[in-house]
Amino acid sequence: MLENVKKLFKVKSKEIENPYPEFKLETDNIVLSIEEAGRTVDSIKRQEMVTKIISTIFVYIFIVALALAFVFPFYWMVITSLKQRTEIIATEQTFFPTIVMWSNYVYVFQVFDFGTFMFNTIVVAIFSTIGTLLTTIFAAFAFARLKFKGRESLFMVFLMTMMIPGEMMVISNYVTVASFGWVGEGQTLIEAYLCMIVPFWISVFYIYLLRQNFKQIPNELYLAAKVDGKSDWSFLWRVMVPLAMPTLISITILKFMGTWNSYVWPNLVTQEDSFKLISNGLRDSTFVDADSGQTEYGYQTAATMLVTVPLFLLFIFFRKYIMRGVGRAGIKG
Amino acid sequence: MFNFKKKQQLESVEVSGQVAALPPESMYDEKDNVVVRLVSHRKNKKPYQITGIEDVSAKNNWKAWLYLGPVIVLIAVFLIYPLINTIFIAFTENYQYASGTFDGFTINNFGVILGLTPTSTGAFESNFTRYAIPNTFIIVFVTVPCSTALALIISVALNSIKWFQKVLQTIFFLPYVTNAIAIGMVFSVIFDKNGIINYLFNSDITWIYGADPKIAMIPLCIYIVWSSIPFKILVFLSGLQGIDKQYYQAAQIDSCSKAKTLWKITVPLLSPQILYILVTSFIGAFKEYTSVVGLFDGPGTMGTNGDPNMETIVFYIYERLSQQTSLAAAAAVFLFVIILLFTLLQFIVSKSRVHY
Repeated sequence: MLENVKKLFKVKSKEIENPYPEFKLETDNIVLSIEEAGRTVDSIKRQEMVTKIISTIFVYIFIVALALAFVFPFYWMVITSLKQRTEIIATEQTFFPTIVMWSNYVYVFQVFDFGTFMFNTIVVAIFSTIGTLLTTIFAAFAFARLKFKGRESLFMVFLMTMMIPGEMMVISNYVTVASFGWVGEGQTLIEAYLCMIVPFWISVFYIYLLRQNFKQIPNELYLAAKVDGKSDWSFLWRVMVPLAMPTLISITILKFMGTWNSYVWPNLVTQEDSFKLISNGLRDSTFVDADSGQTEYGYQTAATMLVTVPLFLLFIFFRKYIMRGVGRAGIKG
Repeated sequence: MFNFKKKQQLESVEVSGQVAALPPESMYDEKDNVVVRLVSHRKNKKPYQITGIEDVSAKNNWKAWLYLGPVIVLIAVFLIYPLINTIFIAFTENYQYASGTFDGFTINNFGVILGLTPTSTGAFESNFTRYAIPNTFIIVFVTVPCSTALALIISVALNSIKWFQKVLQTIFFLPYVTNAIAIGMVFSVIFDKNGIINYLFNSDITWIYGADPKIAMIPLCIYIVWSSIPFKILVFLSGLQGIDKQYYQAAQIDSCSKAKTLWKITVPLLSPQILYILVTSFIGAFKEYTSVVGLFDGPGTMGTNGDPNMETIVFYIYERLSQQTSLAAAAAVFLFVIILLFTLLQFIVSKSRVHY
């Protein structure tokens, strides 16, 4: 038995005895064939390859199926908005509208005052974003660059306020804006705007985010600017702000999206329907068929399309900034 | 201590906001915001002395407060004061928000919302204990584990694939960029009695309008899970991409199974992100509100004026806000304490479990 396995082979015209009798060695081109449990390396490799391909296919099937489930509500929104009422509630559900009803949108534009709500939302978004950016830039600069007594403890107090649920604040903020005379009978449009803008001029989270960003800017730049006789003010606007632009863009877009989605506070503080924001307008509009008293899902979904599409456009154009801004939150607790 | 430089290297210095030229033949250095001039007293045979020209940090002191001014005013008015004031209102009787008047102090508000003490009319208030608390706790303990586990699996799967990774990642992020009310309304169409879900599963269940609250909880939880997953995937993916590949190679050499690798390597190394996600999503789930409004158009399955059987704690707070401010404040304090306890508990548990 051993004699069969044991072979002699030649290396550089010298005869050597095979030191590893369990390996079969052939002489001419030195073909080494290692076997484990009766299988060669090639067969093991091939098997591993096959399992890898199969598991990859399974991962793709799993993830694509989930992705389809994730986009299904969006797909359903699009096709429902183009369906007739009878088709929406029919016993046989269709995955594509038999008659494409563009008239749903025409009707919605008549009932749902999209323009007014859109205008209100954009005005509120612009002014609350500008205010937030200013306060955030100033505070982040002070925390990142300037030295003053109690800096660290003040920053800790700031961070602690992030733990307080917003609902705790809503009640008293309502009392506060009421005492400013911004809420109540005879509220003007400007007062309604003030209610929806001023309380949102701060975000401790954005201050935290921007401070981290400012801190990464090397100290040498600051000292160089000082030596050049630049004041803190011009250093902030000429050096820090341009360098932190990506973060500022992220903050702007997230703030815009926040306003677009805000529902509770505008609902509380606005006296008249025409002062409200887009979410309120959407939920408060009634899309009920006058004859049957049933909800007109086609109109309702067409209206939700109008609210969703601008957000999607924003996402398509600023995907990088949105995902980075949101993701930045989780990098280190 | 100081590395003094000749005048050429340090031309000028800002003194009290003005650029001042430095006198010649002196040597300067800057350390910790203090510009120091070296003064020679050699002629008087005195030792070298160091005199500070300008303490920049002392100047920055008031300047920093100027920069912080707007934020501090806003935080004081819209964050700190409301917190204290809400706790104060919670202990007052019949607080009127318009006039700021109330009928003395009491702790009965907490008793009233918990159904222990009768209201002024003699009846017992039951919505909070009957609907708000159970609903909120069901939402928290169903949606948070479900969405976190699902997000973790999706992120691990996304991280392991090569092709279309960015595209799929973007698709999974889509629910984040939506209006909660709008998509809630779409879900109510999907789960309509004549909707696609009943059609696909060949069932005849009333999910939304006029539904049994126990059944109505299912679409609500599905909706919350669907809308809360994108943020988690994003956070987990950024965490996964930060894990050193060596750990996986080592596991491969030791021929670890996929499940064991996930449980013994990925989860422990991802524990900071998991803790962060758990803390934030527990807080978020306790404050669930807009999803109920979007899905049911009111506090319950019967719409705006029906029985508030789908009410959450936050829904209860908003409902009482203008009419029964004291009760709303008491409920808010209750929520605050619960959230605080849960957050503390998670941090205590995580101490032994989270690896940094």
